[in-house]
Amino acid sequence: MFSDELEKIDWDETTRKIMSKTDADVRRALAKSHCDVEDFMALLSPAAEPYLEQMAQLSKKYTEERFGNTMSMFIPLYITNSCSNSCVYCGFHVSNPMPRVILTPEQIENEYKAIKQIAPFENILLVTGENPAKAGVPYLAKALDIAKKYFSNLKIEVMPLAAEEYAELREHGLNGVICFQETYHKANYNIYHPRGMKSKFEWRVNGFDRMGQAGVHSIGMGVLIGLEKEWRTDITMMAYHLRYLQKKYWRTKYSVNFPRMRPAQNEGFHPNCYMTDKQLAQATFAMRIFDHDVDISYSTREPAFIRNNMAMLGVTTMSAESRVNPGGYHTYPQALEQFTVSDNRKVGDIIASLKAVGREPVWKDWDASFDHKAS
Amino acid sequence: MKITVNNKETEFDGTSVSDLAAQLQLPEKGVAVAVNNEMIPRSEWQATPLAENASVVIIKAACGG
Amino acid sequence: MEKLVIAGKEFGSRLFLGSGKFSSNQIMEEAIKASGTEMVTLAMKRIELDDKEDDMLKHIAHPNIQLLPNTSGVRDADEAVFAAQMAREAFGTNWLKLEIHPDPRYLLPDSVETLKATEKLVKLGFVVLPYCQADPVLCRQLEEAGAATVMPLAAPIGTNKGLETKEFIRIIIEQAGVPVVVDAGIGAPSHAAEAMEMGASACLVNTAISVAGNPVEMAKAFKMAVEAGRMAYESGLGAVATNNMVASASSPLTAFLNE
Repeated sequence: MFSDELEKIDWDETTRKIMSKTDADVRRALAKSHCDVEDFMALLSPAAEPYLEQMAQLSKKYTEERFGNTMSMFIPLYITNSCSNSCVYCGFHVSNPMPRVILTPEQIENEYKAIKQIAPFENILLVTGENPAKAGVPYLAKALDIAKKYFSNLKIEVMPLAAEEYAELREHGLNGVICFQETYHKANYNIYHPRGMKSKFEWRVNGFDRMGQAGVHSIGMGVLIGLEKEWRTDITMMAYHLRYLQKKYWRTKYSVNFPRMRPAQNEGFHPNCYMTDKQLAQATFAMRIFDHDVDISYSTREPAFIRNNMAMLGVTTMSAESRVNPGGYHTYPQALEQFTVSDNRKVGDIIASLKAVGREPVWKDWDASFDHKAS
Repeated sequence: MKITVNNKETEFDGTSVSDLAAQLQLPEKGVAVAVNNEMIPRSEWQATPLAENASVVIIKAACGG
Repeated sequence: MEKLVIAGKEFGSRLFLGSGKFSSNQIMEEAIKASGTEMVTLAMKRIELDDKEDDMLKHIAHPNIQLLPNTSGVRDADEAVFAAQMAREAFGTNWLKLEIHPDPRYLLPDSVETLKATEKLVKLGFVVLPYCQADPVLCRQLEEAGAATVMPLAAPIGTNKGLETKEFIRIIIEQAGVPVVVDAGIGAPSHAAEAMEMGASACLVNTAISVAGNPVEMAKAFKMAVEAGRMAYESGLGAVATNNMVASASSPLTAFLNE
């Protein structure tokens, strides 16, 4: 399990290493065709800032070699905001007095239909809070069963599950799981996640092993940038985690996200750091140079001009016209969001921008019928 | 009686694998014996009988990469 | 130099030696000593009934040397299991170089049978070091089956051609969770050094030493090459100039970040 590996990697020592990377370290990393985590640290470090342009060119080159001129499109659907956790930064915080919704199967189906009216989405991401009693595995299974009629690639972003539960959902057509570790800083993790199931650091960080054991085809990772001041260290930990998972669960494909925190409706949490656009770009390029094949996903959290420009420099997956409240496409178009969407453009505008930079949107790159597990 | 040892027909007077080992003066170490394609550990040589036409394979170390 | 650990056992030397094709057992023994190796392979053969030849075993058996019997000559998994049991009985070790090559011409390993045999032998308690194709997926499957190392070939056995499979060996090293021993085809100390610089855990050399003009000196040369390569790997090699560093200033991709 990754928690055992993580014990061996000292946070402060890693921070020190990153901050002491030199110009020569960066040049060495750039010259390599295959980088290790040490090289990744160099590319992520302040020493690499003068090399941003070279990194962009390299990132573009590798991305085009592996992905061609494509952009895989997906759309998230929040099916419930009911949540027993108290993540201090989240709009769905348990003690946030907001209306809670658990969409009924009928409402879920209406959402699917509404999404199909927006654009020919085939990749859907079902998102929930954590309410295992009312919106647990059977509820997700039902939502997946209905989704199969409308979409060919089904992913979830929900609380960490047991391996058997992931395996069970695979029988209902589940192809991918996205889960953000939020932070790899174990001590501080508990400050941000003081109560509820989410306060269990090991359960969350080892959830990725359980996904791998269950044979989940696609695993998405991310650290929430804004929690740890030393965000470079957090992203480096994610790089270690990625390499660990790739070695162990090698039949799975991986994606990474760099969600930058935005103000939530939960008053009182101010991000501990702010990652600039340049730093986000540097982290993205560093990840692509480190791993030529990993999917890099930008959501509508990011503003349009960042998404437009980064679309040809390393990003391979994007959402569009997302609503981040339950039932936002049809049932409750006005309800409270988990975070604020920055890129509010219509799908048509997003596609036009992608085409303008030479990227072809891909709606479908997987079909559940390829998976003998899914019925 | 007749048995084959490494595909060679051999006259054998005894009854067990141990008897054959004695007859062939097999060394204490570095050899293994199989009877009818089944490896017989040294500890079982005594108790393993050899019947007429038994096929015995005896191997030892050789140079190789 | 970091110690090599295979199946919990430490090795000070990262050069493994094959015992084939030496002109005499005496020269073989001297070459083994000169190489500093702690792992020597050997084969099995059927005894002659009027056997008077010199026992090769006594020339390689040494407290510092792990004997690694091979299954050379077998053609499928079942034969390999039989050979393995014979080897364990004869040499008192459960370590095994698994090699299955039904093709007598190039002696190329049979991937399907090798994987099957690995699964069976691991269950029977063997420490299995399979000689295999430089096939990254196969190596992962062998690892999952419980192989103690993977031993991908650099080039066909005995050809001395060096790292013909370099790109695949690079991927295998990148992915492996067990030591990667480059086996077969290494023809010169520079080949061994190159494999070690890439991060291979060890090299297995036979023909290049045993048929050299002076096998004992050549064994020494390989010892030094393997150590040099490993040391270089552990020290972190410098950058090679590549096109990766060329930036075209004409239309910077990152201009939008300065707006």
